[in-house]
Amino acid sequence: MQGFAVALTPYNLLWCFIGVFLGTVVGILPGLGPAATIAMLLPLTFQMNPTSAVIMLAGIYYGSKYGGSTTSILLNVPGESASVVTCFDGYQMARQGRAGAALGISAIASFIAGTFGVVGLMLIAPPLAKFALSFSSPEYFALMCLGLAMVVLLAGESMIKALLAMLVGLWIAGMGTDLFTSTSRFTFGHSELLDGVDFVVVAIGVFALGEVLGNMEIREGAQMLPVPKGLRNLLPTWQDLKDCRFAFLNGSVIGFLIGVLPGAGSTIASFISYGIEKAVSRRPEKFGTGVPEGVAAPEGANNAETGGAMVPLLTLGIPGSGTTAILLAAFILWGLRPGPLMIQDNPTLFWGLVASMYVGNVMLLVLNLPLIPLFAQILRLPAYMLYPFIFGISIVGVYSVSGSIFDTWMLALFGLLGYAMRRLEYPSAPLILGFVLGDSMERALRQSLMMSQGDPTILVARPMSATMLFLAVLILLAPLFRKANAWRVKAIVEGS
Amino acid sequence: MPPAAAAGSRRSGFASGSKEEMRLLRNGEFVSGAVLAALGVFIIMEAREWEYLGPDGPGPGFFPLWYGIGMLVLSVMLMVIHARQAPAPASRGMAGTGRALATWAALVVCVALLKVLGFIVAFSLLALFIVRFLYRQPFGKALAVAVGGAVGFYLLFDVALNVALPAGMLGF
Repeated sequence: MQGFAVALTPYNLLWCFIGVFLGTVVGILPGLGPAATIAMLLPLTFQMNPTSAVIMLAGIYYGSKYGGSTTSILLNVPGESASVVTCFDGYQMARQGRAGAALGISAIASFIAGTFGVVGLMLIAPPLAKFALSFSSPEYFALMCLGLAMVVLLAGESMIKALLAMLVGLWIAGMGTDLFTSTSRFTFGHSELLDGVDFVVVAIGVFALGEVLGNMEIREGAQMLPVPKGLRNLLPTWQDLKDCRFAFLNGSVIGFLIGVLPGAGSTIASFISYGIEKAVSRRPEKFGTGVPEGVAAPEGANNAETGGAMVPLLTLGIPGSGTTAILLAAFILWGLRPGPLMIQDNPTLFWGLVASMYVGNVMLLVLNLPLIPLFAQILRLPAYMLYPFIFGISIVGVYSVSGSIFDTWMLALFGLLGYAMRRLEYPSAPLILGFVLGDSMERALRQSLMMSQGDPTILVARPMSATMLFLAVLILLAPLFRKANAWRVKAIVEGS
Repeated sequence: MPPAAAAGSRRSGFASGSKEEMRLLRNGEFVSGAVLAALGVFIIMEAREWEYLGPDGPGPGFFPLWYGIGMLVLSVMLMVIHARQAPAPASRGMAGTGRALATWAALVVCVALLKVLGFIVAFSLLALFIVRFLYRQPFGKALAVAVGGAVGFYLLFDVALNVALPAGMLGF
């Protein structure tokens, strides 16, 4: 109730609305994801009350999930990787003249699963935070290793590239003055680097500018994208809803559970829920031809994942993706520290955020059902108008934090890095996570070794940290096991 | 498999999957591996300058030394994997990369001009360049986007939000 008292104030309702509205827009817009948007808007929130700011930024995060399905269904173009599965049946429904029903089912599934995710967050976060109160430096170090290992495992096709990206993130985090000894590290003689590299510079450079530079490779953005007509009837039939009843539940549960795991993310959640839906369906052969449950399951999972991803972020301070890493950095910049004490120390913010997510999901349903045709018109916005605006807001955003032109140079540098990473298929999430967690990870490791007077066995002498480190090693070695197994199978086949 | 994957590549801006793309990627892998190996060596050299283990525990060189070693080992592994694959011929068709790098160069010029001309003028020039030369839109349209955008930024940030924009020698 305390949360609703916070979320339902006119001021917070306004910011929640702005957040979900912007989220829907960026979900629809090509070439601009929630991570880039949150990074760009972050500097503008420094003058705001942190509770209102986090309500707005979280609104962008889960709102973008609603918008992401629109282009999948209408244009067969997934806005985010998590919306790829929605294309399978959503676009086929649209081709059969049922685009409205597909968009309606997507919005309803998103609402049901999004709400389920918030209920899960509300129920799981407090006991998990209580449990994590017993953690000390070795457990925190092990937990961060585990989180990074998961993210590295699932970040891209090449684990080596993901690990390298993470290590670059750790290196950037290490720039500046060492907190324990005041030694300056990797400053290259620049006094501006003594305080380290600002998070906003890295996040906007790698996500926003890297994404835009990647999209600049093609000129087609200058042409208007075709938006199919006939979106008037957005309410699915009773039979559609009946067909989707299991998909709503499947998407909700799978999405939430996968969201809790760092690194897994909504893409995996949407693929798994689609697979389960197909496996248990009485008409699996129809999947891919335009069945409503093929839209409901992945869209539900995509949205429920948001609530799940908030659990490790708010209770352990461990983000599971690039977007939640930016949210973690936002908390830190506002002077808050997500972790086991978050609920206890900042109940207004925590419960206000949870309640705002209920309210935001209702807003998104109300916004999306009648206004999808209007939102779809955003696709007509030409790229040549959008991209200069993103460059401009990136420069202003970075400059507004420090008032330093040096940071705008750094922004250009990180933009180039972000572009090169995309071009060479290095995942950016491990870099951002390495950067966000680098400082805390080094501190936890050094504190652990101080506790043991330099004896590294402290990390494996405590059951919790030993278990987490063991799991992290296991995760990192998983591809080797798979490869060894493949060789063994090949040898058996060749031998027989 | 529905055609979503192909559509996805259109969205991302990188037409993955073609032979040309694979060549580019493999050459890039080797170069990026070499760059990261050099960075790993640099980190190790720097870390050796700082205290590794002091009386109070690990020093400032402890953590960087280990991630520097990790970076060196992994980047060498990346290069070895690349070397074991078939050699990639010289790549052609870099038009897309050229456009992206031209945009980045324009951004660098814009940043360089911030101190001299201020954000309003520097941004206008950047927008004009992108719309006119990279998207080949008519000059009038490009000018409208550049001037309209600059005025919009001024009204939104300087006037409405009271966020100072980088000012040049002209005072704005």
